[in-house]
Amino acid sequence: MRILAFLTSLVALWLLLSGFFTPLQLSFGAMSCAFTLWLTVRLGLLRHDYLRLRVSVRSPGYVVWLAWEIVKSNLHVARVILSPRMPLQRQVVRLHPTQRSGLGIAIYANSITLTPGTLTMDADDGVLEVHALTTPVADDLRSGEMDRRVTRLEGN
Amino acid sequence: MSNVLDILSWAAIVGGSFFALVGGIGLLRLPDFFSRVHAVGIQDTLATGLIIFGLLLQTDEWLVAVKLGLVFIVVLFTGPTATHALARAALHAGFRPPLDSETKTSNN
Repeated sequence: MRILAFLTSLVALWLLLSGFFTPLQLSFGAMSCAFTLWLTVRLGLLRHDYLRLRVSVRSPGYVVWLAWEIVKSNLHVARVILSPRMPLQRQVVRLHPTQRSGLGIAIYANSITLTPGTLTMDADDGVLEVHALTTPVADDLRSGEMDRRVTRLEGN
Repeated sequence: MSNVLDILSWAAIVGGSFFALVGGIGLLRLPDFFSRVHAVGIQDTLATGLIIFGLLLQTDEWLVAVKLGLVFIVVLFTGPTATHALARAALHAGFRPPLDSETKTSNN
C-alpha cells in the first residue's frame, strides 16, 4: 500500500516535471520511477512513513516561524559581513536536543544550519556541536526556543 | 496591477541579487573556513528565496510556478546538508575552528 502511494507520487512528480508524452520519454519516466522505487525500498526508507505524516500535520506553523527567524539572522549576518570592522564573536555551542526521534534531531540540526550564523558541525551521542558566528545568534540558540518548537513538532 | 507585480518582482530579484553578492563578499572577507561557510547560508536562504519569489511573480503558467517552488524546496534541503557535510568533514580531519570566546554548553 505504502509502495503504491509512493510510486503514484513519483509518477505524478515525473509527469509534472517532464511535460513530454512521447512513448520514448514515457518509457524513460517509467524506468526512472521504477529505479527510484527500488532504491528507496532497498534503503528501507518507506518503513518510517508514519512519522513523516505526523510531522507534516503540524509543520506549517513551524515553517512560518523558521522562515521569519531565517530572515532576521540573514539581515544580522549581512550587517556583520558588510560592517568595516567585521565584529565576530566566533564560538562553539554544545546543545542537548530534546527530540526523541532521529528525524526530529535531523530537522533541528538542519534548521540550525539553515539559519545563517549558526552551523551544526557534529551530531554525536545526543550532543549537537554548533559553530556560531556572533554572540546574538548563539544566544538565540541557547534560549532553546527552536529546540522546543521542533520537539513540539514531533508530537507524542 | 501588472505594474505593481512587476515592481514587486523586480524588487525581490534585485534584493535577492544583493544578498547573493553579500554572501560572496562574506566568503572572501570572513577569516576562516568555518566562518566562510556561514556566508553560503545567506545565498541558500534569503538570496535564493527572494530571486525565486521574484520569478514566481513573472510567470502566468502554474506549471512553471510549481517547478520554481520545487527548486526552492530542493535548495532548502540540500543546502544545509551539504554545509553540514563540509563542516563535519573538516572537523573530522582535525581542523578546529578558531574561536573568539569560550565553548559554552547549554542544557537545552
